[in-house]
Amino acid sequence: MPETLGTREVKPPLLGVSGVEVRYGAIQALRGVSLSVGQGDVVALIGANGAGKTSTLRAVSGMLKPTAGTVQLAGQDITGQPAHTLVGKGMAHAPEGRGIFPNLTVLENLELGAYLRSDKAGIAQDLERMYGFFPVLRERQAQLAGTLSGGEQQMLAISRALMSRPKLLLLDEPSLGLAPQVTQTIFRILREVNAQGVSILLVEQNAHLALGLAHWAYVLETGAIVMEGTGQALLASDDVRKAYLGE
Amino acid sequence: MAGLLQHLINGLAEGTIYALVALGYTMVYGVLKLINFAHGDVMMVGAYVGYAAAFVLGDGALGSLWGAVLVFLVSILFCGLLGWLVERFAYRPLREKPRLTALITAIGISFTLSYGFQLKVQPEIAGKKVTLLPGADPRTFPEIITPAEWVTLHVPAPAPAPDEVDPAAPHDAADDFVEIIIWNWQVISFVIALALMGGLQVLVFRTKFGRAMRAVSHDHRVAALLGIPVDRVIALTFMLGSALAACAGILYAIKDTLIQPMLGVQLGLKAFVAAVIGGIGNVQGAVLGAVALALCEELVVGYASSSWRDAVAFGFLIVVLLLRPQGLLGRVQAEKV
Ligand SMILES: Nc1ncnc2c1ncn2[C@@H]1O[C@H](COP(=O)(O)OP(=O)(O)OP(=O)(O)O)[C@@H](O)[C@H]1O
Ligand SMILES: [Mg+2]
Repeated sequence: MPETLGTREVKPPLLGVSGVEVRYGAIQALRGVSLSVGQGDVVALIGANGAGKTSTLRAVSGMLKPTAGTVQLAGQDITGQPAHTLVGKGMAHAPEGRGIFPNLTVLENLELGAYLRSDKAGIAQDLERMYGFFPVLRERQAQLAGTLSGGEQQMLAISRALMSRPKLLLLDEPSLGLAPQVTQTIFRILREVNAQGVSILLVEQNAHLALGLAHWAYVLETGAIVMEGTGQALLASDDVRKAYLGE
Repeated sequence: MAGLLQHLINGLAEGTIYALVALGYTMVYGVLKLINFAHGDVMMVGAYVGYAAAFVLGDGALGSLWGAVLVFLVSILFCGLLGWLVERFAYRPLREKPRLTALITAIGISFTLSYGFQLKVQPEIAGKKVTLLPGADPRTFPEIITPAEWVTLHVPAPAPAPDEVDPAAPHDAADDFVEIIIWNWQVISFVIALALMGGLQVLVFRTKFGRAMRAVSHDHRVAALLGIPVDRVIALTFMLGSALAACAGILYAIKDTLIQPMLGVQLGLKAFVAAVIGGIGNVQGAVLGAVALALCEELVVGYASSSWRDAVAFGFLIVVLLLRPQGLLGRVQAEKV
């Protein structure tokens, strides 16, 4: 059992991951990961390089089939279901490395985020919402996405994921390689998105930022959860400070 | 002057047909990163299905608009289905396997089609001999468009050398001009090919499906994360490419009048070269490469020797790859890991 710090506010469950194992050939990347995200939660998953954070998100969003364990979304078992069927069930995953389409325009990237939707008015409204979050995307909407800076690409990746109107947003290291100011902007928007009712499962190496935003957080070490707690409690923990905050 | 004009006309006619086939190579490469070596043979099958359709419709349909439309439609549907079958049962099971496996499979399908069509299969059904496969001999494609002169151009003839002119003979005005005939079927083929390419351009760059196709082409895993049904997009891309190949097969048969089972191997190779010259995976590049290649061939055949024809194609390929390894319009892309 992982060590638990602080008490968790009880919320209706949105995502439940239980005993999930993932292998890449001979390498076992996850050895029984269990975690949950409640409705309206921001849950952070922190851990060192190679701990299995990305693998966890992949197992949740259907990019990988777990070799054991179950994944539930809003009470429905979705274990091993292909990724493209989960978007319609309210999941959006902004993958590691952003995954924008460089030879499509910014607008085309955003429109692809709404691929499964047919409510034109709603899509136009959401597009405006994204441009409201990140005005630079409006300026660059006709530009090829490959010409954007790293920060702008991350904004695009998040916006594109939000265009499907997800209940649950999976984010893989949105701060990676970005200037502190850009990171701050992105985290401010994430807070706002969450306030509007979107639950977030956030993977971060920048533990400071992630724990500051998260209601609940998990610490992953070599494929297993070793500690969990409120963001504040983990921030205050000596172990976490030493291992992940460089103090 | 007259010669050049004639070569340009021939080159464009040939180039648009190459282009329709090259588009199939490039689209499939785009979504699957696979050189579908069976693609040229699908084109050959398209020509044969058109042949069979015209045969079944009978002489009464020849030269009529509905007859020609039906011939095209039957061939498009048949090849679309063939493309779907090939993707579904040959390539899809191999998608996560090493790329070489799929490549070898593609060559196998190509052989199966090109050699399979050399068989003569004529079973007797209800006392009547029914030809299912016509065998290896070339067949004359029925005239689904009745040939007629569209325009006749009178182009000034080159002045004869002075010592060839017989001063005693009366000057004949007809010798001052050379006639260049542009046939109706040349124009119709050209218009059909252009319309198909235009339609494809709109589909790829202006529609939701086209956006999905370009997304899958760049990264199918991320495309799936956005809810795009990747398998379906790939299957439709195959069917689309095969339908274009069917049209190319019939247009080629109209132009060349003879069809034979190795047609797809020869023309397919040229079209593949054209796609690589243009930048494989790039839709406009395929058209550009095809027209450039055909013009180049035609000029060399016209002004040098026809035995150089195939050497030109590969010479052109080598020069382009040396100077621009990514092809004329291709983008340099870091190999994904
Ligand atoms: N495609 C793959 N093939 C083989 N092994 C992999 C693959 N992807 C990840 N791994 C291995 O699985 C383990 C977990 O990787 P994962 O990417 O989930 O970690 P991570 O916590 O996201 O790391 P990072 O902080 O570097 O992104 C690592 O040991 C990694 O080397
Ligand atoms: Mg990672």
